[in-house]
Amino acid sequence: MSKKRHVVAAVDEVPPGSRKHLNLAGREIALFNLGGEFFALGDKCPHESGSLCAGKIVGLAEADTPGHYRLSRDGEFVKCPWHGWEFDIRTGQSWCDPTRTRARAYETAVAAGETLVKGPYVADTYPVRVEENYIVIDV
Amino acid sequence: MKVPFAGAIDCDLHLPSPSMAVLMRHMDDFWREQFVTRRIDRMDFQLTSFPPNTPLAMRDDWRAPAGEGETPLDKLRREALDPFGARIAIGSILHGAIGLYNEDMAAVICSAVNDHLARDWLDHEPRLRGSILVMGSSPDHAVAEIERLAADRRFVQIILPVMGDFLPGKRQMWPVYRACEKHGLAVALHAGSTYRYPPTGSGWPSYHVEDYIAQSTAFENAIVSFLAEGVFNEFPDLRLVCLESGFTWLPTLLWRLNKEWRGTRQETPWLDRPPADVVRERVRFSLQPVDAPADGALLTRTLAHIGSDELLLFSTDYPHAQFDGDNALPEGLPADLQRKIMIDNPPACYPRLAAEAKEIAP
Ligand code: FES
Repeated sequence: MSKKRHVVAAVDEVPPGSRKHLNLAGREIALFNLGGEFFALGDKCPHESGSLCAGKIVGLAEADTPGHYRLSRDGEFVKCPWHGWEFDIRTGQSWCDPTRTRARAYETAVAAGETLVKGPYVADTYPVRVEENYIVIDV
Repeated sequence: MKVPFAGAIDCDLHLPSPSMAVLMRHMDDFWREQFVTRRIDRMDFQLTSFPPNTPLAMRDDWRAPAGEGETPLDKLRREALDPFGARIAIGSILHGAIGLYNEDMAAVICSAVNDHLARDWLDHEPRLRGSILVMGSSPDHAVAEIERLAADRRFVQIILPVMGDFLPGKRQMWPVYRACEKHGLAVALHAGSTYRYPPTGSGWPSYHVEDYIAQSTAFENAIVSFLAEGVFNEFPDLRLVCLESGFTWLPTLLWRLNKEWRGTRQETPWLDRPPADVVRERVRFSLQPVDAPADGALLTRTLAHIGSDELLLFSTDYPHAQFDGDNALPEGLPADLQRKIMIDNPPACYPRLAAEAKEIAP
């Protein structure tokens, strides 16, 4: 089945640090804005299908030695609301088992309304206007 | 089954608790007089944990006192060292002194126990090695005692009861572990309690069976404490040895550790890989008691779940009643695993035994 381009939101609608739940062609997707970059993950936690979109956004906790805590990559992980596993929003990889346990990651792009109006795209709910920018996902 | 070849290292063997009269020989005048004038020189300071007249504490055929003209060491040779063909046996004396609230008195008795072990046992039997008895409730004393005895290379570990005043991974114990690591001593936790707290999380049990079963939970708590507090990160060469702990409960602990770690690891970010892997690298378990049904296939399956052939250390747990006759090995252990448990794993765990082996090797 060939992929279709979906216009999922206007850029302004998903400000940095926020997320949006999407249902695209029957797929649950969690869309995140990391400091202006958009990332889309399958909204099913690979563990037991908790909704990543409903998880807490956190940084990466590390420590070189016991008791010396460090937080890096502020806001770049989401903790599954069900059992707390952490997922890298950029890649969908889990922190605890990055190669085998990962959430599906979808390509996102930002497209100008001007180019979008020419189509083709699927935007059931999105009246696309020439003067705005939109987040698009190919699914 | 019987031990199929000689040369094993017996990692958990109990030496009899000495009387106060014996220990007072290893004390200075002040303390000798104190024990006499306080009329506690005949007290035996037995640990309430596993008191010697309970059935498991001593096998019936080993309960008889030393024979005519036989010294306690002769008896040990006849009953434990010779029949199992051990090349080396690590002896421990778990003395009730570790339960005393008077730290100075406890310290002086612990030191006397250790000196008695060195002078009255190790000096006379080259196969014996020793455990340094320390007070977990007083890390300062424990460090001083380790430093006092460290030069005696026949001591290969320190020994503490698995249940004490606080969980053993706590930071206040770190100076003790630092001293152990520095001197190449392993840290052994032995089944038992100073009974500062009840052995269950819901208070005091009524019966022995409850106390016995509670031990494995205490070992789980201790291992998790070591991991969570970061002891293994802080002391990369330190080994934790669980003595008389059993090990058939280990697979579920490893599963649960890895599972819970995934969601909670941010609290303890130094735990940066699956904790079961750390246990497999750093924690060792004495063989006896085996706690598995006699069917060898079940034991093999348990070992497969544990996922490493390096975790078990041969032990007889003499004179505790863990097996009959000379059958110190459970049925169903493949030959290569027998070798690992009896010959290879102990020196890999005890730096001092590894160093000895190097010296002997051409
Ligand atoms: S369902 Fe996501 S961590 Fe369990």
